Amino acid sequence: MPKVTVDGIELEVPQGATVLQACELAGKEIPRFCYHERLSIAGNCRMCLVEVAPGPPKPQASCALPAADGQTIRTDTPMVKKAREGVMEFLLINHPLDCPICDQGGECDLQDQAVAYGRSGSRFEENKRAIDDKYMGPVIKTSMTRCIQCTRCIRFSSEVAGVDEIGMLYRGEDSQITSYLEHAVGGELAGNLADVCPVGALLQKPQSFESRPWELRKVPGIDVMDAVGSNIRLDVRQRQVMRILPRINEEVNEEWISDKTRHHVDALVRNRLDRPWVREKGKLKEASWTEALELFAGKLKAAGSKVAAIAGDLLDAETMYAARRLLEGQGSSLLEGRQTGLTYDTSSLSAVAFNSTIAGIESADVVLLVGSNIRWEAPLIATRVRKIARKGGKVLAIGPEVDLGMKVEWLGDDLKLLGKLPKAVKDAFANAERPAVIVGGGALAAGAQGASLALVDSLGLIKDGWNGYNVLHFSASRMAGLILGYAQNGGIADLEAASPELLLLLGADEVAADRFKGAYKVYIGHHGDNGARQADLVLPGAAYAEKHGTYVNTEGRVQRGEKAAFPPGEAREDWAILRAVSELAGEKLPFDSFAQLRARMVKEFPQLGREGLIGLEWSPPKLTAKAEGPIRYPIADFFLTNAICRNSPTMQRCSEELVRGVTFKEAAE
Amino acid sequence: MGYTGPLADKDRIFTNLYGFQEPWLKAARQRGDWDDTKALFAIGQDAIIDKIKASGLRGRGGAGFPTGMKWSFMPKEPKPGKPNFLVINADESEPGSCKDREIIRHDPHKLIEGALVAGYAMRCRAAYIYIRGEFILETEVLRRAVAEAYEAGLIGKNACGTGYDFDLFVHRGAGAYICGEEMAMLESLEGKQGKPRLKPPFPAGAGLYGCPTTVNNVESIAVTPTILRRSPEWFASIGNPKNEGTKLFQISGHVNCPCTVEESMGISFRELIDRHAGGIRGGWDNLLAVIPGGSSVPLVPAAQIMDAPMDFDGLKALGSGLGTAAVIVMDKSTDIVRAISRISYFYKHESCGQCTPCREGTGWMWRMMERLREGDAEVQDIDKLLDVTKQVEGHTICALGDAAAWPIQGLVRHFRPELERRIAERAGRQLLEAAE
Repeated sequence: MPKVTVDGIELEVPQGATVLQACELAGKEIPRFCYHERLSIAGNCRMCLVEVAPGPPKPQASCALPAADGQTIRTDTPMVKKAREGVMEFLLINHPLDCPICDQGGECDLQDQAVAYGRSGSRFEENKRAIDDKYMGPVIKTSMTRCIQCTRCIRFSSEVAGVDEIGMLYRGEDSQITSYLEHAVGGELAGNLADVCPVGALLQKPQSFESRPWELRKVPGIDVMDAVGSNIRLDVRQRQVMRILPRINEEVNEEWISDKTRHHVDALVRNRLDRPWVREKGKLKEASWTEALELFAGKLKAAGSKVAAIAGDLLDAETMYAARRLLEGQGSSLLEGRQTGLTYDTSSLSAVAFNSTIAGIESADVVLLVGSNIRWEAPLIATRVRKIARKGGKVLAIGPEVDLGMKVEWLGDDLKLLGKLPKAVKDAFANAERPAVIVGGGALAAGAQGASLALVDSLGLIKDGWNGYNVLHFSASRMAGLILGYAQNGGIADLEAASPELLLLLGADEVAADRFKGAYKVYIGHHGDNGARQADLVLPGAAYAEKHGTYVNTEGRVQRGEKAAFPPGEAREDWAILRAVSELAGEKLPFDSFAQLRARMVKEFPQLGREGLIGLEWSPPKLTAKAEGPIRYPIADFFLTNAICRNSPTMQRCSEELVRGVTFKEAAE
Repeated sequence: MGYTGPLADKDRIFTNLYGFQEPWLKAARQRGDWDDTKALFAIGQDAIIDKIKASGLRGRGGAGFPTGMKWSFMPKEPKPGKPNFLVINADESEPGSCKDREIIRHDPHKLIEGALVAGYAMRCRAAYIYIRGEFILETEVLRRAVAEAYEAGLIGKNACGTGYDFDLFVHRGAGAYICGEEMAMLESLEGKQGKPRLKPPFPAGAGLYGCPTTVNNVESIAVTPTILRRSPEWFASIGNPKNEGTKLFQISGHVNCPCTVEESMGISFRELIDRHAGGIRGGWDNLLAVIPGGSSVPLVPAAQIMDAPMDFDGLKALGSGLGTAAVIVMDKSTDIVRAISRISYFYKHESCGQCTPCREGTGWMWRMMERLREGDAEVQDIDKLLDVTKQVEGHTICALGDAAAWPIQGLVRHFRPELERRIAERAGRQLLEAAE
């Protein structure tokens, strides 16, 4: 470990650290624009100049210089100060001073660093440069005159997002950042471009001119758009969630989130259920809470134990627990969460979890994707797998060929392959130190659970300190649902066979409810989507941003999100609706507040009580290893997978432009 | 201590500099090229490097780094899958510079033989010659000469019958000045935008395609076989200590006979001009200033340059540099501010735009120079300009920022009264106009 001295402070830094990192370890702030911890080093902004001895008698770019034993680093000399002032002056001479109308204002690196490291006045008397704005798609707004050519966006899109679509045109002071032929930037991570942009050149298009960062209340939340459980920050003004940003969590989403996670936010105020509705003569009519709850309670009493509940993809554990208790009171255990009819074995949670962990998969050297369009099912696990491919690891896949934004060897799309993998694949696994298999929704739907579990032994996926068997879910409620018993052996068909008289749709919008002929359908949810359309009684609930909640992601990580806003109109939190109806029906649920509910749940399911990985014991079930037939991916359109994003104008636009390939006039210009 | 010119005919290396004979293999052989190259191999790889070190040869591309030392940085035993490469910089784009062009079009076999010998010494598997895009005829000549050498078995498999395999590729650039910077050249060779890479790692560690690479100028490589044949002591006997050998001087501008000529290092400027360029146009009293090493070095006013020795250290003492020895002579008819402003425009145009000081600074400097040319400025603007050049110099990834700053620094250092005169005159003119 090299020993260096930073401004008189002696310290040891890790092998391979840069001078910039050494300075940070010593507690010295180094201004920077192009340097980003998660991207390759460009060293082009020259803002991080420091004095290093031994070395040439001029300031050195600390971001690119390896820290070496015996270095003396100075960050506080007149030479460094002058160098920073000089670079800052150069960055500002062609930067428009339009901070008052720039959405980045208040959270702009250039603004902050200009105050801290710049000169107070300007010496530039020439005309400023202007650059035409570029079209970059539905989520990124550009204002290229503000660009300082740090190239973070170029590096992000090619290294993290896996789409080589951004680059620099021309040279010298005419340099311009653009997307290829000004096409929309593809991929699911484009919104992060605006996050990495240190100035206001790339901004979130849907949130243009809406709010200022200092007006917003910041509430930590957990994303429900997929089963990764990205950590997010909900920025709220008054009652409305204005925008969603990633929170850093190295174990889960690093510091990225997908566009769906970020930009479904406009749907939280659109097409919301804000009062109860009752179906009379085939038409939904407005009703008061009293009417609706009495009707619900009456049906509940009449149905007795012939009650079933289907949990939607976005539900928190507490709501599912409350509904479970309600059905238990009725003497029913007809619970199911796999709305599309999946029937995989759930006797062991470890056999349906992402056992390598999301951060751990990075250290794999050979990965086989079985029926997983990982880029759509979990964009933030795809970034991890992409790192493997970039490091020189092998990524193999069984399934229909799709662009995963990385080098992938496609083996075919038939499940029979699981039984007779080519020799080259077997050899690759045999030589691998950390082999991994990722089983996606497509494989589970095609009945490949047994065959993929058989790979654990045949490919040697489990080694000392390493479990390479991973199942990738894409519903935020899935793992918590499985813990809480939302799974029948025969899947949703079991519910159908029990022909319930009352069917509780808990935000379940993907289920074909007409399967349940004769059942009275009660929908508790937040958007006027498929579920509400099929229901006889619609009760307005809270979206995930409007309630506290516990979520378990695909690797079995328990995380908690906080309530950021109130549900609109007369809508209530889901648990409160269930609690109210239970009292009317005569079987009062034993909790009067959310805290009591959570305490009850944790008492019964202690694994949900501690945030962090549950720690699943590996105990695979014995299943037949036979599987055949082609794989089909379950997600047809990344941007329209649930009730919230189907109601988001931004997601609709993304879907039209990026999935269906509609060209818009604005884009063509 | 050797002699500092005039260079005796017997000591010339480039005997076909003016193209009086054919450039092709037969004529080259008659001039002594490819004469028992196998014997040069017999010297041994490390011995060749030692001999080049002993000869005192300094890189002819401008920076003057000792060539032998550069070669010694290369790994002695290349790792499997990571061969050593030699890249020869023929992207001669420095304004005023025209020596590599003469070598390539009239004496290409000197370069090819040099590439083989230097490549052998550095354990290179292959050499790439990166030739400037505008050199169309030169590329044709070079390609034909390389084909001749392949056909004669001089390079390729079992080169010259030595059992050493060595390939030579000619790569044509696309006309960007920055691709003459060694790291940008490697990027360009790999098919990327010509934007200099960061150092470290240095090319001898990780260069072309991540393999150990040495980048040398055409002239440095072309003189190697002759040095080995005639002994390093002979080469070191020409010129001043630490500035040994012969050098191609390229004299342009206000002289009676502009020319490229091989002379000994350390020859005095006066002798160089009088003997080879027919004197200054209008006589020595008419000399205003000289840019002694291509556009990127500071100019030197007449009084200081006249009897100065033309070598690395001699010109460094004058606050300038030998650079590529492209001597640009300016007589008193020159608008010196405009001349430097035009150079500033060149650097603004050729800046790659990668790093901030150069991208933003070159344009700013040029615009200020344009205003100073007209006198449309305040006197304190001169200090501002000087300060901006200091903010660019030494803060960039490659040396283009320095190259853009130095000419202006030279101008302000030596011609500040001229700048102030223009400002005062314009101010006076405007006062008169206002009074009318």
